[in-house]
Amino acid sequence: MTVMHVPEQLSCFHCGLPVPPGSDYTAVIDGKRQPMCCPGCQAVAQTIVDGGLDNFYRHRDQSNVTPLAASAAEAATAELTLYDSKSVQDGFVRFVADDHAEATLVIEGITCAACVWLLEHHLSNHAGVQQFSVNLSNHRARLVWNPQACKLSTLFAEIGRIGYQAHPFHPNTEEVLLEQEKKRAIRRLGIAGLGMMQVMMMAIALYAGALQDMEERFVEFIRWSSLVITTPVVLYAAQPFFIAAVRDIRSRHLSMDVPVSIAIGGAYLASIWATLTNSGEVYYDSVTMFTFFLLIGRYVEMQARHRTGRAGNALMDLLPTSAMLLSADGHEKLIPATELKMGDRVLVRPGHTIPADGVIVDGRSAINESALTGEYLPVTKSVDDAVVGGTINVEHPIQVCITEVGANTRISAIVGLLDRAHAEKPMTARVADRVARYFVMAVLLTSVTVATGWYLVSPEDAFWVTLSVLVVTCPCALSLATPTALTAATGTLRQQGLLITRGHVLEGLASATHVIFDKTGTLTEGNLSIRKMVPIRSTTSLTPYNIAAALEQSSEHPIARAFHPHFTRAADDVKVEVSAGVEGSVQGERYRIGKPEYAAALSGQPLPQQPDQNLQWLLLADTQGAVAWFALDDQIRRDARTTVATLKHLGLQVGMLTGDDSSSAQRVADELGIDAVKQGVSPDEKLAFISQLQEQGASVVMVGDGINDIPVLAGARTSIAMGSATDLAKTSADAVLIASELERLAIALLVARKTRMVIRENLSWALLYNLVALPLAALGFIAPYMAAVGMSASSLIVVGNAMRLSRPPRIRRKSQE
Amino acid sequence: MDIIYLLIPIAIILVSVAIWAFFWSVKQGQFDDLESPAHRILFDDDDDLIPEDAKPEQDADKKP
Repeated sequence: MTVMHVPEQLSCFHCGLPVPPGSDYTAVIDGKRQPMCCPGCQAVAQTIVDGGLDNFYRHRDQSNVTPLAASAAEAATAELTLYDSKSVQDGFVRFVADDHAEATLVIEGITCAACVWLLEHHLSNHAGVQQFSVNLSNHRARLVWNPQACKLSTLFAEIGRIGYQAHPFHPNTEEVLLEQEKKRAIRRLGIAGLGMMQVMMMAIALYAGALQDMEERFVEFIRWSSLVITTPVVLYAAQPFFIAAVRDIRSRHLSMDVPVSIAIGGAYLASIWATLTNSGEVYYDSVTMFTFFLLIGRYVEMQARHRTGRAGNALMDLLPTSAMLLSADGHEKLIPATELKMGDRVLVRPGHTIPADGVIVDGRSAINESALTGEYLPVTKSVDDAVVGGTINVEHPIQVCITEVGANTRISAIVGLLDRAHAEKPMTARVADRVARYFVMAVLLTSVTVATGWYLVSPEDAFWVTLSVLVVTCPCALSLATPTALTAATGTLRQQGLLITRGHVLEGLASATHVIFDKTGTLTEGNLSIRKMVPIRSTTSLTPYNIAAALEQSSEHPIARAFHPHFTRAADDVKVEVSAGVEGSVQGERYRIGKPEYAAALSGQPLPQQPDQNLQWLLLADTQGAVAWFALDDQIRRDARTTVATLKHLGLQVGMLTGDDSSSAQRVADELGIDAVKQGVSPDEKLAFISQLQEQGASVVMVGDGINDIPVLAGARTSIAMGSATDLAKTSADAVLIASELERLAIALLVARKTRMVIRENLSWALLYNLVALPLAALGFIAPYMAAVGMSASSLIVVGNAMRLSRPPRIRRKSQE
Repeated sequence: MDIIYLLIPIAIILVSVAIWAFFWSVKQGQFDDLESPAHRILFDDDDDLIPEDAKPEQDADKKP
């Protein structure tokens, strides 16, 4: 018995998927014939070349997303005509004049900046389009066109022709708030930056003037000018620190914002006092610089958080925009899915998404519930079975009576679970905040003591000595210690392919004790592929691969899709038997492929022996008997094994949680060397499992990808979503592995540990400096200007130390085969 | 040195103008996408501007 493995393959020039052997799809790009994997990619590439936009392939630095299969694309076009109806357009189109309308769209499939270039050029060349600009960060596009010259649906179709999908953008309140928050942050940063530069310039004049005895009236004038420029920086740019500090004091929880506010506010007020009385020292330069540096850190953090938080598109992926409504007299009518009501009867064709929760009233089909359970194998459902909105009908048309719409649907309920999980998430008190609590108390107590002490001894010096105590103990270094380290580490990790969206991730990773993976789509690729083929006897010139592919071509079932790469010729007279297999004729011979019993029944011969029991086997048979066995399997990710090994080497416990209860879960775990496996668990049980672990004191990092993982992602102390995950999963995770490369996880852990080291060094340095300087200042040995210099120097040391994190660490692999 | 009585107010006025311009551009959405402009400048989409006889060989026969 010979075992054939799938041979090495070319990859598609457009999307990078393997080109099926024996297929011949090509496109001439840049004078060269390039291989394509499917008619979809070919059509897209041809459109791009015909439009004279083939430069796109030179500009891009990542492969494109595979376009929809031809059948799905056709269905999509029919759906697009909906966008011409007035009621649908109401939500996202603004009519400025008769021949001038504006719309905001969300574009799916953008992978790099070249996509933006391609989209903008392709659409702008279209008649009737006045302006089309795409935003790379949030994948939104602004379309200005003439509705009398071309229809919106044609433009949508045009976007589809070059391999992207457009959806209308309906901003929700959260989205609008995010937008405002971002704009406000940029304005604050700008004010602080401009103010800092101006004040710095005048500060130099003051410093130089002090050495060269500048006339008193000029000093006074420059101080007043600095005051004028510093005021907006303190009152507008530094506002968030003050607001947060007031909130923290009210809730009796001292955080880093409190000392920051005291520093900014105190130095500002002292400088005003000095300016008014024309005595002492002014600190306008320190105030503005400090504000600017802290704002930069906050801005970088906020931007990372917004990057994945495209909440507006979160549910869009799951629910379809249209539904085929069946009226009482049997007429079909395409309506927007939002207009569905309870009790409506809808027709769901194969390949379409079920628009809302309901009960099947006619038909029998396989339903792909991966959106709910994460498992890619469809479940067979027939009349009276409940179906869930967002799941996909795979095989036969079914009629569904709608029972729940809107917020009551199961998918919405899962999203609801999110909020609960977030609320239950263990709070991680930041190290800096803990330090801050004691620090603030200590500083305030010391200042009061020093002030009273000096007031009793020599009242005229009391103010200035107290001020230098406050300046010396200025928590600049202390409050810069953590954010600068986090900013540097976040930047490094982003280059390494891990996007951090919430602040506590680095601390969570550094202190992690357990790493728990989801199976399907995380440790494995998440789709079936042919693992082995065992021929039994040869029949015609066609290989078993080709025969099987011919039979399976018309189906979108995940099992069938594994054969699609081998497609060369079509089968005739194909019949699909739900949850059994497919029958059809190829070159005049009848074949069946599917469950062994079903396939063998064609010839009436007894079942041949299965090659082994571990894998899931499909049988291909003709009228004379069995032809070949196929084993299908979900491929384990290439880097999963080394990642698990490295994580174990770093001293972490690795576990796997999966909704799959078949033997394949155990096999994947064995192959990767994972000991702790919990299989066949629902989303609720996953969350419960993690919560229990966390109650026992474990610090859990959860890695997952599906909708079913969302609650557990939100509930784990640190959660990481795969880059290929749904938007909703990415939004609820704390970090995203951009290229879905598991290896990056180990690097992230190392960076996180190094970050923790650096933060500790920085905090120790800041505290040490304060401990030395404080007694000196309290005794009146330090003039305020010396205090200011020392403060800046210690801040610079802290920043320099944090910059060490910009270099990525190298993993020492003990076994590099 | 008396000139600073004139120059510093002018500087402050200029900064106010700069801040106003900055606010205006934030409002106009100039800062919405900070990523793609960095890449955009690298795209050679100036094919139409290159004279026919100066184009590289392979492009010459391809385009109508």
